[in-house]
Amino acid sequence: MRTQVDGNEVFYGTGSGAPADDARTLIFVHGAGFDHTIWVMPARYFARHGWRVVAVDLPAHGRSQGAALTSIEQLADWLARLIDTVSPNQRASVVGHSMGSLVAMSAAARYAGKVEKLALLGTSAPMPVADVLLNAAKDNDQAAIDMTNTWSHSVGGSLGSSENPGLSNLAVGERLLQQAGPGVFYADLTACNNFKADALELIEQPTLVLIGDEDRMTPARAGLAVVDALHNVQQRRLPGCGHSMLSEQPNQVLDELAAFLPFAP
Amino acid sequence: MSDSEHRSPPSTGFDTLALHAGQSPDPTTGARATPIYQSAAFVFPDSDVAAGLFNIERAGHVYSRLSNPTNAVLEERMAALDHGIGAVVTASGQAAMHLAVTTLLSAGDHIVSSRSLYGGTHNLLEYTLSRFGISTTFVDPRDPTAFAAAIQENTKLLFGEVLGNPGLEVLDIPRIAAVAHDHGLPLLVDATFATPYLCRPIELGADLVMHSATKFLSGHGVVIGGVVVDGGTFDWLANDKFPTLSQPYAGFHDLVFAEEFGPQAFITRARKEGIRDFGACMAPMTAFQILQGLETLPLRMQRHVSNALEVARYLEAHPLVEQVSHPGLSSHPDYELAQQILPLGAGAVFSFELRGGREAGRTLIESLSLFSHLANVGDAKSLVIHPASTTHHRVEEQALRAAGIGPGLVRLSVGLEDPKDLLSDLKTALRAVEKKLGGKS
Repeated sequence: MRTQVDGNEVFYGTGSGAPADDARTLIFVHGAGFDHTIWVMPARYFARHGWRVVAVDLPAHGRSQGAALTSIEQLADWLARLIDTVSPNQRASVVGHSMGSLVAMSAAARYAGKVEKLALLGTSAPMPVADVLLNAAKDNDQAAIDMTNTWSHSVGGSLGSSENPGLSNLAVGERLLQQAGPGVFYADLTACNNFKADALELIEQPTLVLIGDEDRMTPARAGLAVVDALHNVQQRRLPGCGHSMLSEQPNQVLDELAAFLPFAP
Repeated sequence: MSDSEHRSPPSTGFDTLALHAGQSPDPTTGARATPIYQSAAFVFPDSDVAAGLFNIERAGHVYSRLSNPTNAVLEERMAALDHGIGAVVTASGQAAMHLAVTTLLSAGDHIVSSRSLYGGTHNLLEYTLSRFGISTTFVDPRDPTAFAAAIQENTKLLFGEVLGNPGLEVLDIPRIAAVAHDHGLPLLVDATFATPYLCRPIELGADLVMHSATKFLSGHGVVIGGVVVDGGTFDWLANDKFPTLSQPYAGFHDLVFAEEFGPQAFITRARKEGIRDFGACMAPMTAFQILQGLETLPLRMQRHVSNALEVARYLEAHPLVEQVSHPGLSSHPDYELAQQILPLGAGAVFSFELRGGREAGRTLIESLSLFSHLANVGDAKSLVIHPASTTHHRVEEQALRAAGIGPGLVRLSVGLEDPKDLLSDLKTALRAVEKKLGGKS
């Protein structure tokens, strides 16, 4: 599906849904360098259960046009304008992974009237990025992809046993990052690195924090710190799971999201 | 900071992936080996999960034609070894080829293929698929410009074998891939003779890879199987040539595979349509046996390659041998290319032409004892065959000559025996040929 924000075409997946006019809106926001395809399974689940699913490609990602935005605050402002476009008459719930979780938090803090619930997957606030990764991403070097991909998977997950029959989670992650345009991954990582966590106390919306116990990008202790900083929050742990929880433990992630966001027309 | 200063973290080595990729000890029983899930179907815990599995909301297994936990280990392992994003295993190599083609092409579409092919593949492309409206133009595998020249408005796929059969032409994968991509087309490569140990076509620019797992992957001549690996590299939405991936599919509630699955689009459609509807699935026992073979693939291929090169060098020096076609020999036209494409060796299947033609070839084959005369390659045991009367017997003479197959051509698949015993067997057989020809050569 395509819409327009700031005069640029924005692509989003709908999970093959055909929502009712008054369907509640659920927006999925991907992480650095990725696109909407990471959400394919939960998008299809929530679409089948009546939600208006908007698994969006952020500007310059996937099939969305425009330049990459360079701060989480800019991305949150953009998300608010997207909500005005796709859900003009009601608040939207937002699910974000990694960088997407920062966008979700920032939007919730800045636009309380537009965001109903939050689900934060693989989160950390702040979200510092190692210089070695930033520098490689700045040069659009494959090493940045290799570092991210390696650190995004648990030790077990890097060898496989994918829950998705026949898929190599490592290679899927690598291809997605390779498809990002020049400078896009660096812009995302810079936005993460510069994110300030001082607005977390403003977030009042019900929030789920999903933590992978073997997450090497946003370690479990960082996720727990986010839990401590929020007021209306519940946490769930995924034993043995790395940062790429949507590919490593898709069913467990779906179960937690489904429990947090029950179908309620 | 310059590019050269960036360092990737170490990745898991090929030999380790061959043993571990896709499988961890069974969490319930502790079984270290991959269990054989000999079950046709799998229980749904509740109706919503069942619906979710059918609707691709959940990961898991429904019915063993579509996926099976044992097969999934093999698929993931092959994807890891070939550096692809995913794989589907099939009932045979032919089924893998058919699955790859029919996932992309429909009646009215066209393929540009190397003309140096396994006879079964040639039959499929030349005779069988044409009955269903899919046509093929065959070109010289050594000429990338011939691939380009043969591309038509309705061309959807370029195809070739890493090592041509039986001439052992080495496919210049980077150049053929560039031709394909310049025309907005994917390149499918049959890597059966090479295996991912010797060549990983996706890393060289190919988009899709297929194997007959019957050969070196399983390695012991006991199963029939195939696999298709998706590189996840091709943008199916970049043009309008691939409606099976870029347009709504009525057979799955108007799902647009490329939009929803991105790099997984091809392999997802292959499973959700091709395996579902054509049904050429692999048996889990077969997957288990291929997995056993894969565990020793690196070790076996090293020995296959060294034995084959020793035998090839011996034959090349023999006065009864007119020509040996092995890309590991400097006399082969593709020797330099083989050093680039296949740095660890040019495989263990090669052909040679005896002086004395058909009679000499027949005498040699019937005089060998360690080499088994049969229609297969990639066994741990050494094999021999006469292509003109077996694997390529349905190919017309003109096409045979175009594929470089002479009447006295003999193809060897060199196994893992002690190489001195293989040479001794060949010496004995060549003496018989000499005697048969009356000492004339």
